Amino acid sequence: MSEQETGKHSRLSLSGLSCTYNSVKAVDQLSMDIAPGEFISLLGPSGCGKTTTLRMIAGFIRPTGGTITMDGEVISSPAGSLPPEKRQMSMIFQSYAIWPNMTVAENVAFGLKLRHIDRATTRAKVEKMLDTVKLGALADRYPAELSGGQQQRVALARAMVIEPRVLLLDEPLSNLDANLREEMRFEIRRLHDVFHFTTVYVTHDQGEAMVTSDRIAVMNLGRLEQIDAPHALYTRPRTRFVAGFIGRTNLLEGRIAGERIAFDHFDLPRGVFPQEGLAASGAVVFSVRPHCISLHRDASASDEHIGVEARLVERAYLGEYWDYVVSPAGSDVRLKVAAAPSQVFEIGDTLWLKFDPQQMAPIEA
Amino acid sequence: MSVEQVRPVQGAALHRGRFGRLRRFEPASLIWILAAAALLFLVATPLVRLLISSLQATDSGAFTIGNYISAYGHVRNLEALGNSLLYALEVTLMSALMAVPIAWGVSRTDMPAKSLIRALILGAFITPPYLGAIGWILLAGPNAGWLNRAFMAITGSQHGFIDIYSFTVLSLVTALYAFPYIFVFTSDALDRVSSEMEEAANILGAGSFYTVFRITLPLVTPAILGGAIVVFLDTVALFGTPAIIALPARIRIMTLQIWQYFEFPVRAEVAAAYAIPLIAITLALFWIQRAILGRRSYVALTGKGGSRTLTPLGRWRWAILGYSLFVVSLAVILPYAALAKAAFSKAWGLGFTLANLTFTNFYTLLSEEGARRTIVHSFTYSAAAGCVAVALALLAAYVVNRKLMPGGNLLTLLCMAPLVIPGIVLGIGFYAAFAAPPVALYGTAAILVLGYSTRFLPIAYVNCAASLRSLNPEMEEAVRILGGTRLRAIARVIVPMLKKSLLGTWLLVFIPATRELSTAIFLVGAQTRVISVMMLDLSENGSFEILAALGFFLLGATILIVLIGYKVIGRDFMLRRS
Repeated sequence: MSEQETGKHSRLSLSGLSCTYNSVKAVDQLSMDIAPGEFISLLGPSGCGKTTTLRMIAGFIRPTGGTITMDGEVISSPAGSLPPEKRQMSMIFQSYAIWPNMTVAENVAFGLKLRHIDRATTRAKVEKMLDTVKLGALADRYPAELSGGQQQRVALARAMVIEPRVLLLDEPLSNLDANLREEMRFEIRRLHDVFHFTTVYVTHDQGEAMVTSDRIAVMNLGRLEQIDAPHALYTRPRTRFVAGFIGRTNLLEGRIAGERIAFDHFDLPRGVFPQEGLAASGAVVFSVRPHCISLHRDASASDEHIGVEARLVERAYLGEYWDYVVSPAGSDVRLKVAAAPSQVFEIGDTLWLKFDPQQMAPIEA
Repeated sequence: MSVEQVRPVQGAALHRGRFGRLRRFEPASLIWILAAAALLFLVATPLVRLLISSLQATDSGAFTIGNYISAYGHVRNLEALGNSLLYALEVTLMSALMAVPIAWGVSRTDMPAKSLIRALILGAFITPPYLGAIGWILLAGPNAGWLNRAFMAITGSQHGFIDIYSFTVLSLVTALYAFPYIFVFTSDALDRVSSEMEEAANILGAGSFYTVFRITLPLVTPAILGGAIVVFLDTVALFGTPAIIALPARIRIMTLQIWQYFEFPVRAEVAAAYAIPLIAITLALFWIQRAILGRRSYVALTGKGGSRTLTPLGRWRWAILGYSLFVVSLAVILPYAALAKAAFSKAWGLGFTLANLTFTNFYTLLSEEGARRTIVHSFTYSAAAGCVAVALALLAAYVVNRKLMPGGNLLTLLCMAPLVIPGIVLGIGFYAAFAAPPVALYGTAAILVLGYSTRFLPIAYVNCAASLRSLNPEMEEAVRILGGTRLRAIARVIVPMLKKSLLGTWLLVFIPATRELSTAIFLVGAQTRVISVMMLDLSENGSFEILAALGFFLLGATILIVLIGYKVIGRDFMLRRS
């Protein structure tokens, strides 16, 4: 499929999108396609360009390069940008931006009034939406009388009631306390399952992105690192940054030499690895999650091809699991290994590590 | 609800070729352009017109520098320039002597009756200087003034001890209504000096008074200087008090000389030439003030760290209270007592007898058609000016804040420019630019409303810009992403959310506009007289009784408005530095 054709089937298509402020590249050559009804997260550390990208999609910032296309029509380019009020999108802001001079119901009805929808329909839609977000009883309250979580729900209702072509969320949970944040991420996903709005969600919290999203776009320094479903992102990270940013990981540096892959003071047979993404020769880096390495007292329990002798150098008990640090015999490499609470070893023990080649993701060296 | 059903808001998305153009013709842009044009018209036109006429020959209109030669070739004009500067300097020094000890007493000590002193200083602040000057004529007239009469009665002397028609007393009376500026600046800064600064000196062995002079006052010196420069600027440009006191005393003052060029034969071009350097002086001082206050680090050093403990003064606290009471008595209590006496008298010079008591003066004011209309004019024009100034300032501040037009700094400059134009010069500029055809506003209410709006535009702009900055832009973005234009965001969200501070801003324009004299004097017509001008006329005629009644009326109305303002806005919007 050519790029032109993918664009046609997408609700939103970003193509070579860039934004430069005073020679700083906030967003650099970003491209992605978002299908109708899809929930995409833009995930990255602060300053990675995710909010700038969202604001370009909303029309608050004009790109300095590339285009944004919605349903096949260009809505943003360096030559011009459709103003936000004409994009039929809606957005949930970090501060919620609930207007304090209007009641809950007036806030929610605002977008409908702008669309000249008659009074009766508006009232019915507002009531139904408030019930959906569990705020039916508070319709006549003013925002100052609501808790943070309730204000958040007003913001959701106000944004969804207009049935936006694209729903944008800018770190919507960052002002809530931890418990509420946990609850609201499931609530956001639940609402998406009800309405199926095409959604772009900006966050720096990987847990939020994992719970809510169909696909996660990881950004760093203005560039797109990887876009994938949460499971794929975790198990098959493609870059060092993604491997390190999503969950904890060990980076194993090696070199492919014939039928073996040589690491520091140990090697593994090349044949046991999935061949996809693996170069024929040269340097290679694997990301190995701490729980993808298992620990054994003796060699017999492990397959001889992929067992490695190691010494335990550090340990910490975290309740749900043991956090061990081991070094392969003769090597200075420190590997983090997570083990079940029942697997108790002492510092200095000699152990056998067993790698699972299926769970070792080769990443760009 | 289905997702695929998409309701167009206003036309569908646009193709690449068309929207570059459409983006630029956002209908709201027209409003930004109109606001900028209105500012250019109101602020730049009078100044440019003034500059041009200062370089034109009176009859032919040919280019000449003759006006400058006749303005500055006269010894009496140079003397007036020198007098004005000396006058401003004296007023500034006297104001500082009045304000700084009181500010220290109120802000940092356990002086009693602080709220009374603050209230009376607010009283001095809202008293039009010329009204205070009239009160002082009643008090310190060479022979008939009450203070002099009391002095003569007590000592048996043939002459009074104080003469209102002298340079020093002119300065004193002016300072009594100017010192609140320095008070506001100084007490604001003193409030922010952490007590830890003083305690650090105490712990090293410094006594309380040593600490005040070596630590506390040096820390707030930039604020004192800032306030002093405001007083200096204000006094150089002052018209009312000199017109009432210096004119009969034959003391030559620059603003009076300018005014006199408008008496027969009118020599507006020479007046313009004479006025231009006045702008240069204020501009220079204003720049110096910015430079001094810009170095905020002086007070900011202290941050908000530490609470403020008040210095216990022991018996000395009665001394500082006595001094504060002395100053506010001179500024408020004595003059208003004299004015009250006059307002309820048939003739102000007669004694305190029942036969002399009357309400006729108030009755005359309210029954006479002309007087009544004058009062109505003052309040309606000022209200309209408040609306115009707030609307223009809000639009300009919005355009600058949201970077909607290139050259935002120019808009800020236009809004702030009237700050350095003395009222009397602005009046002449307006007269020159708008009185004659093609604009032909002479004698209309519009020229007064526009004049007031322009004069107080900087106050409105500073306040509007500050309140806009306090508003989270997401409030507005939420409107836009839901399909509302910028104008709708302003009308439905920004204005309702800022309504309290906009009302406060409106009051800060309205209140000074009700007593504005120097701009009005050139712009009033036979049908558009306002209170301030009427007071000046009454003073020239010596009708002090009706004048005093009018003054009380104005004062009462102002107090009422200020109280309503405090009630509605719920905070100290007058006595704070903005």
